Amino acid sequence: MWGKGVSFWLEREFAMVSDKAISRLQAIVGRERVLTSLEERTVYAYDGTWAQYLPDVVVSPHSTEEVAEILRLANELRIPVVPRGAGTGLSGGSVPVEGGICLNLVRMNRILEISPEDMVAVVQPGVVNGALQKAVEERGLFYPPDPASMNQSTIGGNIAENAGGPRCLKYGVTRDYVMALEVVLPTGEILRTGSRALKNVTGFNLVGIFVGSEGLLGVVTEATLRLIPKPAVTLSAMASYPKLEGASETMGAILRRGIIPCALELMDAATIHCVEEHAHLGLPQDVEAVLLISQDGPDHEVVLRQMEIIADACQESGARNVEVAATPEEHEALWAARRAVSPSLARMRPNKLGEDISVPPSKVTQALRELRRISEKYQLPIPVFGHIGDGNLHPNILCDRRNPDEMRRVNEAAKEIFQMAVSLGGALSGEHGIGLSKRDFLPLDLTPESIALQKRIKELFDPNGILNPGKVFPTELSAPSS
Amino acid sequence: MKPQWIDNLLACTRCGACLPVCPTYNSTLEEVQSPRGRVALITAVEEGKLGLSSAFAEHMYHCLDCRACQTACPSGVKIGELVLEARAALPENPLKRFVKRLVLRGVLYSHKTVALASLPLRLYQNLGIRALVHRLGIIRLLPRRLRELEAGLPRIPLRPLMCSLPDVIPPACRMESPDSRRPKRVAFFLGCAMSALFGDVSRATVRVLTKLGCEVVVPKQQRCCGAPHADQGDKEASVALAKHNIAVFERIGADVVVADCAACSASLKEYAELLASEPAFAERARAFSAKVMDINQLLASLIPDRAVLRELRKRVTYHSPCHLAHAQGICKHPRAVLRSIPGLEFVEMEEAEWCCGSAGAYMLTHPKRSQELMDRKMRNIAAAKADVVATSNPGCHLQIRMGCFRHGLQMEVKHVVELVDEALEAPHSCGEKA
Repeated sequence: MWGKGVSFWLEREFAMVSDKAISRLQAIVGRERVLTSLEERTVYAYDGTWAQYLPDVVVSPHSTEEVAEILRLANELRIPVVPRGAGTGLSGGSVPVEGGICLNLVRMNRILEISPEDMVAVVQPGVVNGALQKAVEERGLFYPPDPASMNQSTIGGNIAENAGGPRCLKYGVTRDYVMALEVVLPTGEILRTGSRALKNVTGFNLVGIFVGSEGLLGVVTEATLRLIPKPAVTLSAMASYPKLEGASETMGAILRRGIIPCALELMDAATIHCVEEHAHLGLPQDVEAVLLISQDGPDHEVVLRQMEIIADACQESGARNVEVAATPEEHEALWAARRAVSPSLARMRPNKLGEDISVPPSKVTQALRELRRISEKYQLPIPVFGHIGDGNLHPNILCDRRNPDEMRRVNEAAKEIFQMAVSLGGALSGEHGIGLSKRDFLPLDLTPESIALQKRIKELFDPNGILNPGKVFPTELSAPSS
Repeated sequence: MKPQWIDNLLACTRCGACLPVCPTYNSTLEEVQSPRGRVALITAVEEGKLGLSSAFAEHMYHCLDCRACQTACPSGVKIGELVLEARAALPENPLKRFVKRLVLRGVLYSHKTVALASLPLRLYQNLGIRALVHRLGIIRLLPRRLRELEAGLPRIPLRPLMCSLPDVIPPACRMESPDSRRPKRVAFFLGCAMSALFGDVSRATVRVLTKLGCEVVVPKQQRCCGAPHADQGDKEASVALAKHNIAVFERIGADVVVADCAACSASLKEYAELLASEPAFAERARAFSAKVMDINQLLASLIPDRAVLRELRKRVTYHSPCHLAHAQGICKHPRAVLRSIPGLEFVEMEEAEWCCGSAGAYMLTHPKRSQELMDRKMRNIAAAKADVVATSNPGCHLQIRMGCFRHGLQMEVKHVVELVDEALEAPHSCGEKA
């Protein structure tokens, strides 16, 4: 049913996890938290990508000790272990490509502490990002990383992928908010590293190596996250640009005026067209780009003044008009347009391949032009939206997975997009991760020395290669999926 | 499965936007109990990777059919409807099938069968048996759940409403400035549960509509809307009922078909899709469904122009029935109707759009889960500190009444229309606002 090479069901004749191993897992967490039926395994075979591989068993630990025992057992028996949060990742990171144990962490979902004195929250990995935000905001605090999946994705997954989001333009990504971690290493040791002291240079930065390690180096079982005071006011505006170039020059113009906006989100003409077709929000149809801008701060006066300066910067860069949302309703209407992007694209064609390239600020215009050229070359609609302020673009290739010819073109277009991003000095992925989806393109971006060093780090942490095998590094067996 | 359903399955991008809104996922944190998991299971069956196993069946019946996932899904996957399609495709053991059919086709079919089946209840309440049971303390011997159910029952008139309503009820006033855009002739779809259990509510509906200048027609040949049948996988029966009801209501020639049960109005609106592939009925079903309005929609359009409402000094909160909020996307209308009553202080409860656990047959088939959801709902209701909980569906109405008894809450549970009925002045000035 699917195009070849896109997804297949891994049916192994002999299960990788023996009955004996299953009963030992049951002894660790209890019978009811070890799932083995085909039905129950089927629903842990996927994440937010097209990839789909069955785990042999799904195990749901409740505590760090249980996680440690599971990893010790897996390490002893050489069973692959794939940590999983809400399964909303966009690079196949939690998909058990080599089978084995799906380590389901959603039940470790307690917020252990919120400390207004130290400005930290201590959480288990299964806490949902949005739930944490709500809890800290009730106490006047703020946890900025806001991936689009924030209402469902977990902090553990956010840390593994070093998740970003619109607000990260001003506030930084997940990495900037992780102060300390408790991690179970693939060999079963429990490591505590980092502290809640704001400045700490004692030893290597081990916290940093785990953030964004895509579940290859250890399983986060507790995280101490930095919080900041909650901004009292957020204002938004929409600027429309007859020329795409103007939109990409706006960020520089705002920075030159001494302001960092909270979010600067792009919708290109193809995206606007899709949104209007499906959501009818009254977006301008005769422009090449629309920017959604938000700024936050301590009071209305201050933020409004900054918004005026931002509007001035937009106009200087060629915006036709800038509308500042004056009321909460107008603010809501603007972001409704942003939220309507993904669903509208989804309704345009049966499927979409969402890419996640990142380019230096000076190359955004060029990247947008190249994307348009690639769209025409492969005869595929590629609406582009994303976080233009930090150069992290989401070109979405719209397609129908049941059409093999189209899928061949999709793969070629994706490869060319990656090559383009790298040649402009950018990166394969800004915030989704490499995982399974982009592993074979890694050599496009990283030097052989860099890949070799990273492999040695992986071996140091995980000598038997049991933790999330088959991810990030290109495999000798698999040719690029073009 | 039909091609359009397969396309709809494939539209799932597995983004997980349905996870935070799904009551069963939230209480279990098991993916198999999530909308995304259900879509994956159905897809696996469709691809031949999974059989129609008993485990698959069990997972399909864990779904409340609350449709909250459909409201949340950015890609427009009709998850709840896909689950019902899957239920219809399931093989069932002959005994279970027999029992289900006995209830679905023997009882929940026409108003006659429902009237017959509810006779013991009506006698219990009306012949003094209830008083006796309470006075002699027999009630205390019943299991807790049955006691709660007994306490949750509303006052049930001896005769089902369908038997006591006239065929045609004229408007209670003449419109002084006739408005051609407004419905004048309203056909009333009286749901089984409304007629048999909540007769007082539907009587209020009729009273309100006539006071608002409508002529109300009650076609007596109407049958069950088919929602319980679709819910329990008996698609054949729901199709037969849909065809019957369409034919009955076509003969009335009304401007609007109205129902005061959210499950009924949702089900009637789905006739168009249910019969879309039957050439002989597709067009008729489309025309019928287009005329259907939930009572809240109709009230929201009539009240501003026609009603003179007197003050009602009450603090009211609102529980949003799933089949109104998620199946029909109607959230604003009932709130607007309540807010239009002068003196009424409207207060939102937390999670107003979260299932109360009644969910049709679910309260019988999955009592533990139903109870958990009821307790969650009652905590939110208690926190709203209201005098009245308004809602708009008999299942929710009964469940919340049971919940009030279970949690010792002293508050009234009312259908939105009952509050409007209380607030409506005598119809002397109908149609002309002072």
